[in-house]
Amino acid sequence: MADATFRIFRGDRRQGQFVDYQVPIAPGMVVLDALHYVQSHQAPDLAVRWNCKAGKCGSCSAEVNGRPRLTCKTRLDALRIDEPIVVQPMKSFPVIRDLVTDVSWNYKVNRKIPPFTPRANVTWKMDQRDVDRVQEFRKCIECFLCQNVCHVLRDHERQEQFGGPRFFVRVAGLEMHPLDGLSRTKLLKDELGVGYCNITKCCTEVCPEDIHITDNAIIPLKERVVDDYYDPVRWFLRKLKKE
Amino acid sequence: MNEKFETHEHDVLIIGAGGAGLRAAIEALGQGASVGVVCKSLLGKAHTVMAEGGIAAAMANVDTADDWRTHFRDTMRGGKFLNNWRMAQIHAQEAPERVRELEQWGALFDRTSSGDILQRAFGGHTFKRLCHVGDRTGLEMIRTLQDRGVHLGIDVFMECAITKLLKDGERVSGALGYWRETGRFVVFKAKSIVVATGGIGKAWRITSNSWEYTGDGMALAYDAGAELIDMEFVQFHPTGMVWPPGVQGILVTEAVRGEGGILRNKDGERFMERYDPEKMELSTRDVVARAIYTEAREGRGTEHGGAYLDISHKPPEYVKRKLPSMYHQFRELADVDITQGPMEVGPTCHYMMGGIRVDAEIAQTTVPGLFAAGEAAAGLHGANRLGGNSLSDLLVFGRRAGLAAAEHAKHRGPLAVDARQVLEATREVLAPFERSDGDSSYQIHRDLEETMQNYVGIFRNEDDLQKGLGELQRLNDRAARVKVEGSRLFNPGWHLARDLKSMLTVSEAVALSARARKESRGAHSRIDHPNYDESWAKKHNVVVREGDQMTLKQLPVLEMPGELRQIVEG
Repeated sequence: MADATFRIFRGDRRQGQFVDYQVPIAPGMVVLDALHYVQSHQAPDLAVRWNCKAGKCGSCSAEVNGRPRLTCKTRLDALRIDEPIVVQPMKSFPVIRDLVTDVSWNYKVNRKIPPFTPRANVTWKMDQRDVDRVQEFRKCIECFLCQNVCHVLRDHERQEQFGGPRFFVRVAGLEMHPLDGLSRTKLLKDELGVGYCNITKCCTEVCPEDIHITDNAIIPLKERVVDDYYDPVRWFLRKLKKE
Repeated sequence: MNEKFETHEHDVLIIGAGGAGLRAAIEALGQGASVGVVCKSLLGKAHTVMAEGGIAAAMANVDTADDWRTHFRDTMRGGKFLNNWRMAQIHAQEAPERVRELEQWGALFDRTSSGDILQRAFGGHTFKRLCHVGDRTGLEMIRTLQDRGVHLGIDVFMECAITKLLKDGERVSGALGYWRETGRFVVFKAKSIVVATGGIGKAWRITSNSWEYTGDGMALAYDAGAELIDMEFVQFHPTGMVWPPGVQGILVTEAVRGEGGILRNKDGERFMERYDPEKMELSTRDVVARAIYTEAREGRGTEHGGAYLDISHKPPEYVKRKLPSMYHQFRELADVDITQGPMEVGPTCHYMMGGIRVDAEIAQTTVPGLFAAGEAAAGLHGANRLGGNSLSDLLVFGRRAGLAAAEHAKHRGPLAVDARQVLEATREVLAPFERSDGDSSYQIHRDLEETMQNYVGIFRNEDDLQKGLGELQRLNDRAARVKVEGSRLFNPGWHLARDLKSMLTVSEAVALSARARKESRGAHSRIDHPNYDESWAKKHNVVVREGDQMTLKQLPVLEMPGELRQIVEG
């Protein structure tokens, strides 16, 4: 079978260049297969992060021909092979080496979010319909592709003021948990900066788990913030209900 | 000492951040211990995330007749009575509480119509017993544990690999590791250490395991003087993907069969009728894996050498709801719509029943202060693990290991770390950079995978095992001269060179144990000894280091008390 040319970023955050590698194509091959081929035959020190190779762990995120993808799910037969396939690290995170980026910022943001806090005296009975809504958010595999494409982070570098789509999904999973009793609207407004999101839906577009990040997580959260902080009547009613 | 190395000190150091490691960390923290967790990957990416079908626990939400006794009986029967009966008892009794605990920490399981946790059927389980979240139960579990642990205040050292356990006399006192990012060394001092590093699947060519599963914890514990037990029992999951080549081995959850999936050969025959007419597709994994392998070997396999697994007789919406990740996995990676037609599946190396020998109550190894839990430890599963018993194992024995490790740390005096041990270990890890000839780590790894696949696979015989052991010896020699290119900065070729050492140690233990057990039992199938042998029903193989020599001895199987025997035989 034919060869494909992979043009892969080699370097770190200070310097680097693209290097071409020839890889023989096999049926059903994905980009991660090609990266492994390069590692074992041409560049043993090519830095790549991966684990499950089945789209379940979210480790192997990169940009393939400029598009943020899980490399384990990007089939070569969906790409043009008559021109080089360009593979580079996610742009929004500092490069550690080659395709591996420093995603530790995400783990710092996560620590700000108060955990699941059940209401007093709950019976632990839940309706599947209520659970369905939250299970959509719980599908997140933390590939951070949504963080990578979000222009608030990618272009405006608001890492200090903004939590990013991944963590709105996480907060939505907590806020809409049928038995959770905590409100996280203050956190959303002040620390995670949900107001910076202007619903361009780039995050939803790249989500490999097909989570409707904007429609089902971010917009309802924005509404909750508005309810709690900008609508006096509903604020009062909500306060009564909580008590 | 160790001024030149970054050093951290904890009461309890946990190696591995999958379900067992995180559950241990949470428990040790609850006891007031300071806890460090070291993991080779990012937090939340451990193999627990790949567990699909569910957690086995006799909650009796669906089948009300279920109780711990039945779960205990199923586990012992599935393990062909080589299980440590006390572990099987503790596991069956404590699993429901561990599941409820997960729910109280925020996990969201699928529900019954009355609002309780839903349970599904699985191979070898008498009742519907697996608490699940579609087919991504492991993800739910690891995310719940991860978030709980982080909020309780564990120190997590991500992308850090441990290469040596440090000892102070007979006791463990710490560990040496390197940061994968920088290649710099780091010393962890600890009063107790819990090994929760998972399995060894990467020693086989066809495997459901990721790069991390190189038997590190088993090899580290072995080097530190601990015993490895039941190493011949390697589980080949009956259903891995077989086509296209790049996805070969990727897991196809048993939940497909739990939800009614049917296995057929190329002639359309439902062949499980010939292997286990009673349980059919929901027979134990050892039986189903051998059946699929045999069908293919005898010329009744599919185009790519497997069997057909079909769930398309169920309504498409049902399949998509109960098996969403299987639906996507096959659609995206194999161009197969599982709601419309069958999947092609074949056995894949999946799980190690054997591992570090531990005490049933407190998960301590034979080395004081060294504990082990999860797949790295052995005992619960005997000769064959039932699906769903792994996630519950992680929780039940992860918790017990964390508890006991914290307790041990309270009574442990000041720590001494031996600078010579540290220096020697660093030299060993760096040696491959100094060689100009020798094979690359990838070449040696490929040959190791072939060796284990061909000679220590699903079906074994004396000749093959002998050849395998010879090959392993040659691979050991090559690995001792492995060459590494590039720098110490995030260098996978170098990381693999170190992991090879663990894989070779554990592979040798597997082959030695498999050669010794001249019978077929559970996952261990000897073509030259196809039946049970009563004398082997009473013995475990145990591997231990004597000087630089790996030696094999036998230990008697623990005698079960009368009342439990009645349960098992009833």
